[in-house]
Amino acid sequence: MIGSARYWREIPQRYRYEASKCTSCGKVFFPPRLVCSKCQGREFAQTVLAKTGTVETFTVIRVAPSGFGDEAPYAVGIVKLDDGVKITAQIVDCEPEELEVGTPVRLEFRRVQQDGESGVLCYGYKFVPRV
Amino acid sequence: MRDVAVIGVGMNRWGELWEKSHRTIWTEAALEAIDDSGVDHVDAMYVGCMSGGLFMGQEHLGPLLAEQLGMGPIPATRVESACASGGLAFRQAYLAVASGAHDIVLATGLEKMTDVDGGAATYALSTAADQEYECYHGITFPGLYAMMATAHMHRYGTTREELAEVAAKNHAHGSLNPLAQFPMKVTAKQVMESVKVADPLRILDCSPITDGAAAVVVVPLDMAKKMGGPLVRVAASATATDTIALHDREDLCWIGSTARAAEEAYRQAGCGPDGLSFCEVHDCFTIAEVMVIEALGLFDRGQGGKGAASGATALGGRIPINPSGGLKSKGHPVGATGIAQIRETVMQLRGDCGDRQVKNAHRGLTQNMGGTGASSVVHILERA
Repeated sequence: MIGSARYWREIPQRYRYEASKCTSCGKVFFPPRLVCSKCQGREFAQTVLAKTGTVETFTVIRVAPSGFGDEAPYAVGIVKLDDGVKITAQIVDCEPEELEVGTPVRLEFRRVQQDGESGVLCYGYKFVPRV
Repeated sequence: MRDVAVIGVGMNRWGELWEKSHRTIWTEAALEAIDDSGVDHVDAMYVGCMSGGLFMGQEHLGPLLAEQLGMGPIPATRVESACASGGLAFRQAYLAVASGAHDIVLATGLEKMTDVDGGAATYALSTAADQEYECYHGITFPGLYAMMATAHMHRYGTTREELAEVAAKNHAHGSLNPLAQFPMKVTAKQVMESVKVADPLRILDCSPITDGAAAVVVVPLDMAKKMGGPLVRVAASATATDTIALHDREDLCWIGSTARAAEEAYRQAGCGPDGLSFCEVHDCFTIAEVMVIEALGLFDRGQGGKGAASGATALGGRIPINPSGGLKSKGHPVGATGIAQIRETVMQLRGDCGDRQVKNAHRGLTQNMGGTGASSVVHILERA
């Protein structure tokens, strides 16, 4: 389902965590957008996401979508990064049953999907618990 | 703006209707609504459908279905807002009549979900979420609602048992609905022992994959009065939006689009939550009903789990929720759900619901939402 152009244009976010910061009110957007949802500002400065945060909520996926079937069960969570941005990603290198709301995590670069249907290998960020 | 009435309703038995095409399913419901209303033509029609393309490889449903109904040249518009497509289609029909653009309008909903396998259906449903920043990471729709459940349980102490009681209550209601897809009763224990889908949600926390359609006819209230018959007036119509991605919400435990739409609907209807006799709400997952009844102001924040567990939301309780059986038992053909909620509400207000009739029903609310609540549509109907 993920064609090469569609994959390629998200690389700045998935590989390098590039975000944008509204120059009027300071709100950070990931991915970048053209209008600030807080103040309607249209000017942004490029920034990079914080690499650490804590788990706000999570689930353990038992019935996985295509591209993830061999990995189930796996944990997915919403993490609030230290810069206030919340993002969704898998939480790996841990036993899903041991996760809790509030678990401290860091971002790491990993392979996300085994293989897109068009043959694209899909990389990006996952969370790993900080110990 | 003119006052608007609903004068006809139609719906067929929902389920895995492998022997029937979407054309047949939809036309049966549309004809029933037209026959029920007593009109001999309609001036325009709306079709709520989430994804004709992904579920059956068929778009362009407006003209296709108008032709099936033998009403060929009339204006026919497809409306899409994921699982809220039906509710939004009804709102468009309401606006068309209220504004004076049309007099007799058919509002319908349709989804034919079982022509594809479970994986393809799951993918089609997932397109209601952010494909690049949610689904890319392996999250599913049950997974998104599961994360809402985890957050709600963590903050408010909502329990696994309280979620299970929502499913048990809605199946008990659905057992009284002859058109429900899964009219069997289930116990909270059975829900909690069913197969895990996305922790903490299990298969019996989830609404099913369903083929189905529903239709209603709306006209100016003045016209309805001249036609005679039971009068059901649309007292409020409101809709609101929120971020498409769950992670962009300030509060993961709050469905803001429903709260905003409800606030506007209560203003239009001149009543508050305590002025309602019953509600039909979007229980796509058990946790959804818990959070929706909070957003509608029926329960305090964090207290939605007490609704089904205390019996307050059951038939005969303080505020019956989903007397039809809800999405959980009645089925959830996504584009048809919002219209079926209107049908149930009209029938309740007419006193036509038999064993599942809400006593002294005079005013009902419907709440239909898309995705994890990125869109919500709220209507209030009352006996005129």
